[in-house]
Amino acid sequence: MAQVALRNIVKMFDRTPAVQGIDLDISDREFIVLVGPSGCGKSTTLRMIAGLEEATSGEIYIGDQLVNDVPPKDRDIAMVFQNYALYPHMTVFENMSFGLRLKKFPKPEIRERVQAAARILDITNLLDRRPKQLSGGQRQRVAMGRAIVRNPKVFLFDEPLSNLDAKLRVQMRTEIKKIHQTVTTTTVYVTHDQVEAMTLADRVVIMNGGRIDQIGSPHEVYHKPRTQFVAGFIGSPTMNFLPCRLVENGAGLTVRLSDWLALPVPPSREARYRPRVGQEMIFGLRPEHIREGRGDMPPGSAAFDARLDVVEPMGMETMVYFIVDGVEVCGRVDPAAAGNVGESMRLVADLNQMHLIDPRTEVVI
Amino acid sequence: MTMTTAAAAAGQIGRARYGSISRGRRRALFWSYFFLILFVIFFLTPPVYMFITSLKSSAEISAATNPWWVYHPTLSNYIDLLTQNQFLIFFRNSAIVSICVVSITMVVSIFAAFALARMRFWGSATLATGVFLTYLIPESLLFIPLFKTFAYIHDKTGIELINHWWVLIILYPTLTVPFATWLMIGYFSSIPKELDEAALIDGAGYIQMLTRIFIPVAIPGIIAAMIFSFTVSWANFLYPLAFTTSADQLVLPVGIVTTLIRGDVYAWGQIMTGALLGAAPPLIIYAFLMDYYISGLTAGATKG
Repeated sequence: MAQVALRNIVKMFDRTPAVQGIDLDISDREFIVLVGPSGCGKSTTLRMIAGLEEATSGEIYIGDQLVNDVPPKDRDIAMVFQNYALYPHMTVFENMSFGLRLKKFPKPEIRERVQAAARILDITNLLDRRPKQLSGGQRQRVAMGRAIVRNPKVFLFDEPLSNLDAKLRVQMRTEIKKIHQTVTTTTVYVTHDQVEAMTLADRVVIMNGGRIDQIGSPHEVYHKPRTQFVAGFIGSPTMNFLPCRLVENGAGLTVRLSDWLALPVPPSREARYRPRVGQEMIFGLRPEHIREGRGDMPPGSAAFDARLDVVEPMGMETMVYFIVDGVEVCGRVDPAAAGNVGESMRLVADLNQMHLIDPRTEVVI
Repeated sequence: MTMTTAAAAAGQIGRARYGSISRGRRRALFWSYFFLILFVIFFLTPPVYMFITSLKSSAEISAATNPWWVYHPTLSNYIDLLTQNQFLIFFRNSAIVSICVVSITMVVSIFAAFALARMRFWGSATLATGVFLTYLIPESLLFIPLFKTFAYIHDKTGIELINHWWVLIILYPTLTVPFATWLMIGYFSSIPKELDEAALIDGAGYIQMLTRIFIPVAIPGIIAAMIFSFTVSWANFLYPLAFTTSADQLVLPVGIVTTLIRGDVYAWGQIMTGALLGAAPPLIIYAFLMDYYISGLTAGATKG
């Protein structure tokens, strides 16, 4: 068990920067998820922690030890790869015990540890099989078993579920969460899937262009995104972004989105937004905060009518799309209340959840 | 019989339902068998002829009888050859040379291929291409400079390398190592990178990674390379012809030709017997390793 610390890590591939100065503190037993679009440097960061890539500059600590020059085998880490990377010529037992055998553990202990890991993962009946006789989900379990038996300081996961089909992915996600609750080893998990990040993480690290945009609990990054990138990346469907102008409206403030649509800023936000009056801004609101109009209106909400452009029934809810000055806006409404395409529908925006973004810095105010 | 009738019945039903498909399939089968038979005739005629001739006495060979039939079969050629000490020496020389060459080739090429395929170092890509290019230089161009080199070594050190059978152990790897290395590079490259990374994290060093992951996974490729180098060293004719002369220093291919052809007298019966016996070891090895050989060649080619 150990904490991991990254200090101003930079990684250059030739002259292309992949990671541009990352600082990250991971505490003992924490489950950290690095998430971001492809090419954001998340996998490179993980590989630097593993020792598979050398950091161009900066310091990596595992426990209290500076590990920059320590080879992977001496870092006491275990890694699970996207394509499983099982040794094809070995049985499941041999795959899981390979690391222990290399370290010359006594045979009874090896057997004991493999059995214990196999029980956690529910693969005790597969120990004599070879990888090619296993399904994708089973292979993924074996890959995790190989990591668990080593009892390492840190688990590293590199997009472990990307090769599985959608249903199995959800199932394995729950499984990983359960395993972490049992094994409680410090874990760094890389994924491009924000749902995985939200469901698994103690803290989510959102990376963009080789930098960290935000570190925070799933709740934090969802409700208080620091940048427009984070706001857009977390959440599905993605947050609506609309160019707007902040104007004074008597005592209060209003966001003017178009000729026909202006929404009042809730009083609790007025102090924060007042310095921006008169400026061009970006207004952000998640689809789940645009609901169907009902009788009662909670404070801070505003109702408006919109002509529906597209209607997507999803079963438990329906997505409705309408156009505001050429920008498509999505709302999530009750299927029973959803209108038809071309018709006007009464919608309510919960402005307590709104975000205002400075278009030059892309930082949420 | 039951099987043929069952197949015919199945064919009847098949034709009734899917006439064109079954007709297309039968036509394809007809042509594949046609060419296979052509191929078999083309390639099996020489060994069959050798076998028939090896069972004849010299008199029958020179007699104007049907060359494709043995009227008075005899094993005298076999007995003569196998009781001759000389032939057994050729065989022994060939066997030792081939075994040593295969061993040397595999050790050198596995290490070289592993380094070239996996350890990225300055110039590794150029070197890998260079290895293959050396394979393209024909041996007939190489033996004269090699001869000069040996003479130079003799002048400087007094070590005589010419006219010793064991010198072929040094010579043949110049032919086998480049191709075997190239084959192994292709094979090792097809092993996913994550496999060595997993091994690295599991605590393996480079040598353990090679012996415990790469070699077991690449067994088909290794066997293909072994068969290749065995065939080269067993059957090479030019180098032993150029570098060895004394009868006790010869290997099988040259030995048969130089000792069984005296002036313009050809001991055809014994030549055929010797060639047939000489072809037996590779044949036996092929038969045992054929499955590996095929999967080795194709796996290397398709990367995966």
